[in-house]
Amino acid sequence: MAEGARVDSVTAHAAHTMDKSITLPPDEIFRNLENAKRFAIDIGGSLTKLAYYSTVQHKVAKVRSFDHTAKEHGDRLYDIAVQEEVTARLHFIKFENAYIETCLDFIKDHLVNTDTKVIKATGGGAHKFKELIEKKLGLKVDKEDEMTCLIKGCNFVLRNIPHEAFVYTKHADSEFRFQNTHPDIFPYLLVNIGSGVSIVKVESEDKFERIGGSSIGGGTFWGLGALLTKTKRFDELLQLASKGQHTNVDMLVKDIYGGSYGSLGLTGDLIASSFGKSATADKEFSQGDMAKSLLHMISNDIGQLACLYAKLHNLSRVYFGGFFIRGHPVTMHTITYSINYFTKGEVQALFLRHEGYLGAIGAFLKGAEEDNPNQYSWGENYAGSSGLMSVSPDMNPMQRSRSGTFDMLEMDRLERQLVKLPLLQDPSSYIPDTMDLTEDALAREYWLYCFEDALDGVVKRAVASQPEAPEAQERAEKFRQKYRHKLQTLRNQPFAYGSLTVRSLLDTREHCLNEFNFPDPYSKIKQRENDVALKYYLKAVKALDVLQWEERQFALVTGVLAGNVFDWGAKAVSDVLESDPEFGFEEAKRQLEERPWLVDSYDQWFARLKGPPHKCALFFVDNSGVDIILGVMPFVRELLSRGTEVVLASNSSPALNDVTNSELQILTERIAAMDPIVQGGLRDERLLLVQSGSSSPCLDLSRLDKVLATVVRERNTDLVIIEGMGRAIHTNYYAMLSCESLKMAVIKNSWLANRLGGKLFSVVFKYEVPAGRRERPVSSIL
Amino acid sequence: MKLISDKKPAFPWFGMDIGGTLVKLVYFEPVDITAEEEQEEVENLKSIRRYLTSNVAYGKTGVRDVHLELRNLTMCGRTGNLHFIRFPTQGMHRFIEMGSEKNFSSLHTTLCATGGGAYKFENDFRSIADLELLKLDELDCLIRGLLFVDHVGFNGHPECYYFQNPSDTQNCVKRPCTLDNPFPMLLVNIGSGVSILAVYSQDNYKRVTGTSLGGGTFLGLCCLLTGCETFEEALEMASKGDSTNVDKLVKDIYGGDYERFGLQGSAVASSFGHMMCKEKRDSISKEDLARATLVTITNNIGSIARMCAVNEKIERVVFVGNFLRINTVSTKLLAYAMDFWSKGQLRALFLEHEGYFGAVGALMELLKASEEL
Repeated sequence: MAEGARVDSVTAHAAHTMDKSITLPPDEIFRNLENAKRFAIDIGGSLTKLAYYSTVQHKVAKVRSFDHTAKEHGDRLYDIAVQEEVTARLHFIKFENAYIETCLDFIKDHLVNTDTKVIKATGGGAHKFKELIEKKLGLKVDKEDEMTCLIKGCNFVLRNIPHEAFVYTKHADSEFRFQNTHPDIFPYLLVNIGSGVSIVKVESEDKFERIGGSSIGGGTFWGLGALLTKTKRFDELLQLASKGQHTNVDMLVKDIYGGSYGSLGLTGDLIASSFGKSATADKEFSQGDMAKSLLHMISNDIGQLACLYAKLHNLSRVYFGGFFIRGHPVTMHTITYSINYFTKGEVQALFLRHEGYLGAIGAFLKGAEEDNPNQYSWGENYAGSSGLMSVSPDMNPMQRSRSGTFDMLEMDRLERQLVKLPLLQDPSSYIPDTMDLTEDALAREYWLYCFEDALDGVVKRAVASQPEAPEAQERAEKFRQKYRHKLQTLRNQPFAYGSLTVRSLLDTREHCLNEFNFPDPYSKIKQRENDVALKYYLKAVKALDVLQWEERQFALVTGVLAGNVFDWGAKAVSDVLESDPEFGFEEAKRQLEERPWLVDSYDQWFARLKGPPHKCALFFVDNSGVDIILGVMPFVRELLSRGTEVVLASNSSPALNDVTNSELQILTERIAAMDPIVQGGLRDERLLLVQSGSSSPCLDLSRLDKVLATVVRERNTDLVIIEGMGRAIHTNYYAMLSCESLKMAVIKNSWLANRLGGKLFSVVFKYEVPAGRRERPVSSIL
Repeated sequence: MKLISDKKPAFPWFGMDIGGTLVKLVYFEPVDITAEEEQEEVENLKSIRRYLTSNVAYGKTGVRDVHLELRNLTMCGRTGNLHFIRFPTQGMHRFIEMGSEKNFSSLHTTLCATGGGAYKFENDFRSIADLELLKLDELDCLIRGLLFVDHVGFNGHPECYYFQNPSDTQNCVKRPCTLDNPFPMLLVNIGSGVSILAVYSQDNYKRVTGTSLGGGTFLGLCCLLTGCETFEEALEMASKGDSTNVDKLVKDIYGGDYERFGLQGSAVASSFGHMMCKEKRDSISKEDLARATLVTITNNIGSIARMCAVNEKIERVVFVGNFLRINTVSTKLLAYAMDFWSKGQLRALFLEHEGYFGAVGALMELLKASEEL
């Protein structure tokens, strides 16, 4: 990184010619440029944000059913074909204005798509660099209104990125407390603190209004700071301020009263008059003290105005952005303090992880309106995004210097539109993850170690999944490096991608695997296990059928639980599976904990089964092989026999050895061919197979396939079954549903088992009835 | 005869408001002294009266605002002139020592004091000058004093005024008016800091909010930025400066009006915004800086006051406090800001005795306290 590359808006002109010699690894920054189209750029006082749309070619593993009339395929159930698939991705890159020219040159050299004619531009610096951009890229610069872009970008991130917003608490264990995105993001107040302050009320996607503002903003801090001290750069002024003592410059209530002003509840430490002590000619003031006083003055003033506007318009969600905030812990702290003071805690100051990108995202969306990007759901690609970095002055210099490098955000367009499960009891308070590793340092340490430890195995598995590809080894190594680097980043900055959770660690691994074209490392294993398990299906079903009703219900439950032991995602199990592929279903049953289980509401479930059948059960399934075929399917079959409709929700794309929707289609057809009950269910549409919309081993019930949500609603679903550690323990363990729910899992990790007060292979069988509904089954019997 | 005189407090009659920056002192000089009284008057008291009424400046920093004097005023059955004196709070210790030297405690008067200094200096008064202060709440005093002075008027003229045509610099003129029906009013007291009160009657009010960006901030920043030493000096400089050299205007960013949001090109987008730039920093004058500081502080107070008025649903906004003394730049700017941003809904009102109401209120408490004996 070039020394002195950080520049302010004033010297930017001079500096961008100066830094031409910098060496960047641009192909790692401006990725997928060859397919790029629809450019947008947001040039601020010191940072440039570039946005473009591109397509990514992925390898995807597709399963294809054989025509079983011809016998040449042996016993194999289906074929796996690796295909190329093209998906859409948004790229956002943030860099210092000093690099503009170098970056434009690079883009010009690599831009293949000749259809692109315009570049949308916004931000205060857009006009300054207009000519340069037009000359270098040969694109016409089309200016978009700054505030409109900002709001559009804000709506986009709030809607598409879970854990986008956070509350900042300086002295807490984790400085960042991420907020669950409220299902309805509107209305909100956006306080944008650039050189001045704009206060905007946003009521819907297209309806917003600047309801006020102030001229005392970031420019005032910077401008006055530069006059009062020898420090001329914004970042350095903030750093200077963070070391000062404002009480030497400000007149406090106690300076006037000698203590507090009790009758008004004004404490002695409250600032009565900013700079009130500096009205004297015969005293020198320290630069840090003055900078600190200035920072307090401006932050308090903005906080006060924001509160007055929030109160007037009756808004409780207030987001702060602009260069004054932009990830600076110092200003986030002072603004938070001010908001707390003026609203007595009624309003929380909220900040955004991708605040710096809002303008660029908005400008891009303006230019892409014909593609209607808002009709899709998008997800952050952890593999290609830099994540939030702490710029705390206390951090080591290596991390601070990041402000001179490139920061990236990538958003993948998801195949399906995602919505929340209609059966969540309180969507606004739903948190998928059971443990927040950002706050729980011990758990964080364990899981980071655990994922690091499992890395060798994952690499090995990835290579083995592509025996025909000679360069797989090399790609797998790159994957290893990338994921290890991510783990390292998360060790230092657990808040980088929102709350750190087991789910986010798993998802990040999947993203990294995809990045290096390992779309489905377990495809072959899944195929083999499905083949084997299918052979035992009839035998298993017959064994159940001979049991008495009462015994059968228990056997079905233990069947699901034993099946769930077959999980390659759990290290304790994968070791056994790896060494003994014949590890049997019966042996798994023997491994299960004896009742009473760690969490055991089987008696309640059993009592419920004696009542009337459920109308419709939604079953979130887990692993392929024994789990789905010998555990889940017999259970489903019983539900069908009781007259309950069943919706089987499985992953849209692969994750570990979880059964995917396309695999499940084939499996179910094969089972239907053997089993008239399943066949009848399919025929009469009393058994439905739907995609969950997820490609994670965990489950976020607030981001599910829209079709699934519709089916759930139409069928009057009154029972939700969630199976497996990823979906029922790491996530959703505490999820409250508005109908009956059943969470079943075997804990295949001894650390987690310990945490929950159990041991390896402890069983969680959690049957819950929402409060107030407990009496209903009984009364309907009568 | 004796009974009546017993009800009245003994002279001298003082009211004192000890603020963060300035001490405000009001002194009632009786002009209806009978020969008998004159004879009985102790020498000490005479000398105080003579000292205060025959001078307009006291020591290096004490000043009597002669133009504010209220003549032939009747208070508590006595006729006299009310004098308005101020000196910096920094001189408070010197003042207390003087009280000790002049043996003020022998006069057996009650010293009514308000403002934070009444609390801060209470022990010093006691230990150094053997004086016991009657401490009074500053907001109570402010409101009582304000209502009294408005009621008695300013030597036959109204105490209150406003600006006609505030949006038109050419035709903006000061006009007297009366506060006949003053409630509810939003009272904005701009001293070192700012307090904003919603006043519904003499005894029913609440402090809505306050801001630390007040007169102390203006002077403090001006001293640091220009090296000036006094409020007068700072204002003098400000009157000659041009804040648009320092502030970044909407037109500096957008080339004109920002129409999407109805912002005029001439509106300030960023106070001191030009100062981010070295060339601009090198090209401005101290006067420009003083002006920009004044405009920034004033506009901010106007903005907060306006929001409070809207939130509290009060249309009458009264600005007081010593920040407004000899400060027509600020009064006109506040009048303009109230009018412009409220589209004529709000009117800014000002009072001639800007910063002295707290001291007057304290004096009234002295008179009231003795009435109740």
